[in-house]
Amino acid sequence: MSDLIAPTKLTKKDFETDQDLRWCPGCGDYSILANVQRMMPELGIPREQIVWVSGIGCSSRFPYYMNTYGFHTIHGRAPAVALGVKVANPELSVWLATGDGDGLSIGGNHLMHCLRRNLDVKILMFNNRIYGLTKGQYSPTSELGKVTKSTPAGSVDQPVDPASFALGVNASFVARSIDTEAQHLGEVLRRAAAHSGTAFMEIYQNCNVFNDGAFDAFTDKAVRAERQVRVEHGKPLLFGANQEKGLRLNPRTLGLEVVNVGEGGVPLEEVLVHDETNPTFGQLLARMPFPEFPVAVGVLHASLRPTYDGTLRAQQKAAREKLGQGDLGKLLRGGSTWTI
Amino acid sequence: MEPVSPSPPVAEHPSREVIRGAVVRFAGDSGDGMQVTGDQFTAAAALARNDLATFPDFPAEIRAPAGTTYGVSGFQVHFSSQDVFTPGDAPDVLVAMNPAALKTNLKDLKKGGLLILNSGTFNATNLKKAGYEVNPLEDNSLDGYTVLSIDITKLTVTSVKDTGLSNKEAHRCKNFWTLGLMFWIYSRPLEPTLKWIESKFGKRSDLVAANIAALKAGHAYGETAEVFQHRYEVPAAPVEKGEYRNIGGNTATALGLVAGAQLAGLPLVLGAYPITPASDVLHELSKHKQFGVTTIQAEDEIAAVCAALGASYAGNLGVTSTSGPGMALKMEGIGLALSVELPLVIIDIQRGGPSTGLPTKTEQADLLQAVYGRNSEGPVCVIAASTPGNCFDMAIEAVRLALKYMTPVILLTDGYLANGAEPWRIPRVEDLPKIDVKFRTDPAGFHPFLRDPETLARNWAIPGTPELMHRIGGLEKDYNSGHISYAPDNHERMVKVRAAKIAGIANDIPPLTMEVGEDSGKLLVLGWGSTYGSIREAVQRCRDRGLSVSHAHLRYINPFPSNLGEVMKRFDRVLVPELNLGQLVKIVRSTFLVPAESFAKVQGQPFKISELEDKIRQVLES
Repeated sequence: MSDLIAPTKLTKKDFETDQDLRWCPGCGDYSILANVQRMMPELGIPREQIVWVSGIGCSSRFPYYMNTYGFHTIHGRAPAVALGVKVANPELSVWLATGDGDGLSIGGNHLMHCLRRNLDVKILMFNNRIYGLTKGQYSPTSELGKVTKSTPAGSVDQPVDPASFALGVNASFVARSIDTEAQHLGEVLRRAAAHSGTAFMEIYQNCNVFNDGAFDAFTDKAVRAERQVRVEHGKPLLFGANQEKGLRLNPRTLGLEVVNVGEGGVPLEEVLVHDETNPTFGQLLARMPFPEFPVAVGVLHASLRPTYDGTLRAQQKAAREKLGQGDLGKLLRGGSTWTI
Repeated sequence: MEPVSPSPPVAEHPSREVIRGAVVRFAGDSGDGMQVTGDQFTAAAALARNDLATFPDFPAEIRAPAGTTYGVSGFQVHFSSQDVFTPGDAPDVLVAMNPAALKTNLKDLKKGGLLILNSGTFNATNLKKAGYEVNPLEDNSLDGYTVLSIDITKLTVTSVKDTGLSNKEAHRCKNFWTLGLMFWIYSRPLEPTLKWIESKFGKRSDLVAANIAALKAGHAYGETAEVFQHRYEVPAAPVEKGEYRNIGGNTATALGLVAGAQLAGLPLVLGAYPITPASDVLHELSKHKQFGVTTIQAEDEIAAVCAALGASYAGNLGVTSTSGPGMALKMEGIGLALSVELPLVIIDIQRGGPSTGLPTKTEQADLLQAVYGRNSEGPVCVIAASTPGNCFDMAIEAVRLALKYMTPVILLTDGYLANGAEPWRIPRVEDLPKIDVKFRTDPAGFHPFLRDPETLARNWAIPGTPELMHRIGGLEKDYNSGHISYAPDNHERMVKVRAAKIAGIANDIPPLTMEVGEDSGKLLVLGWGSTYGSIREAVQRCRDRGLSVSHAHLRYINPFPSNLGEVMKRFDRVLVPELNLGQLVKIVRSTFLVPAESFAKVQGQPFKISELEDKIRQVLES
């Protein structure tokens, strides 16, 4: 990330473009865009140092609406293009917009390798559990048995959980948030921006045309306190309207269990305290079955290790220190030569 | 061998005969070290200032089952005191390390040629594996060749017995014993190879000692065994003054890319996925970090091209290297590159196909894929290298054109060029072309698809440039603003301008000239790519016999040199030899409506000079 400070304080408006937004009215993408545009000025990074890269799909139109540099690439390949961008110029702040189809179906391979390499980029995966731009086929995150145009008898593949996948390939930052939860989403975005390495954010995003209400069971105001656990590093894993429920480790099953806390329940000390640096916490939280357990949102995992681009840069610096700046004439005369 | 007449015998026993040159083929199991032997023998010829060309021919398996015919690995080298254009049709000398090597290679050996056999491997098991019912050493099937049957295995093991190597390791020194013998026959000094062995096996002093002992023992065998009538000497070739080195096609390609990036003043990012026969470009470039070269071993071919494109987007020179199957995977990425009009260099080192095909064999059958392989109207610049050394020049040319025209450029080479080698006159850096790159920085009137009126290249504004923030992508763009546009007329205009930009490159490349012969006559042989040497030699031989034939060679395929149509009109007939079923000829015929004739070969092997000579004669007689 750049040390440069923008000369004048930027505002949300500075990050808006003159392009007409072409998402369906009521789409969750609007609120994600607004949150990103609100958060970006806080980073203090000049707009020209920011690059948005995307693949194909509704979410991948995102770069057109950000007044930064932007590259709308091909289906699934945003992490691969971003790899080249970041390696070519590590000073840039590189952000990716992708979806559940783009990122986990056609582009699953690239996403996996981006995460394991720990390239210093920030990935927003808009998960609406459906293919929107192709008008409503099931996606790799759709629930089993999903009835869509391409699966009239119900889908037969098991869905993948994005956060669990990311943790499985050793992602250094994994978080979840929700399109309509402005404050929470803003906080997750800020954490991701500050992270050194690949920051992976799964954002539950409602597609009101092809999969409306997909997340209502845990995002509706009436139920969200009961059905979400908002994880924070160093704080007990509590939920419920009065924080009266908690998550405890069952040592016999090596799994989590929901317990009542306080009066009539277990003491607070028995509730797990979230440790985002320990990937086991992330994996346990990401894989909790719903609705038996709440859905964990927030920063599930964050840890530091060297970045791909940083290590490459260091190798290049070391080569220059050892061998000096390259001398082309000398290179061409490499090996044994003879003069006639 | 090619005798120099009169051949002055040197007074010495055995007599030392000066010859013009020879073609030698080493053949053995893929684990016998034939490629190393061939490389060292080639290096010795280069040090003796011979002109030369090499042709390694090996199986796709790293260690195919020992003794089988499909596990045979070969290395042919043609060295001479005269100009050499090909590795030679038929060897004068065949070294066969086992029955399988004899079985698969004997048919190529010249009648009367020298056959050196390792008799120690001609046992019942190996004979059976090679498909011999009778030991060829014991019937009369080798009559007509000069046969030297030597138990190289036994002599090698004896020579290294003091070094404490295991029996298995001792056996593996056979190739150096053989090399020692060949060095004696061709009067080559041992010192360079001794040095090489020391640097190669430096960490294992026993291996150094053993391989040196084997090399010297083979050499001493030639001196003392009194089985040779002659030793040979090949004088230096008269070549242009200058500093030379031996260079293979993949090395030349990699160095050309480094040079191109340096000349343009840009860092280079290579995205690549390992694939035969292209991996050596990745290996070579990964050694040159001090030149601002970054190599990314990507997760797949698609990621490789996309990473290269991302690097170009950010203002570096993006390059990706691959071979046929990888090329197929990259096409969508190349389509994006041409749509967003960013520079991108794609190296396709062609191999036998379709699909996995013949990974280690050569072919020119990706031409149509390169020229036409994108969805929709997807014009890109396509160029091709003609010799291992020419890979260097064409790699620089690919960089120059990609940057000047903001376009993908596909450079076609092939397995034959990639693994072949020749002496190369090292260019002076100051003689290399200048490559001028200007990034857009002026916000006044800017949009990303503003074009240079002459080249039609769009302006290149890279992330990090203040006030020029913009968005690009694979959706169609408005000609006047660069914004997304689905307007029908605008789309056609954009399709046409992208095509016109590539077509305009014809004004920026050299016109087609004759390699051999007059610029008019009865027959023009029009080649492209690695067939250069064979065609040139065949046409020269036909001309020596008084035939009216000329040779022109295309290094630019899309667009063609602007005078190609006119050149072809000056000949009664045009013959297009290709290592495919007739791909260039298809483009030439459809573009110029000329009745060009195809001469096709698709065997995973280069043209023999004699095949081309026969075809030329046949065409002229018909």
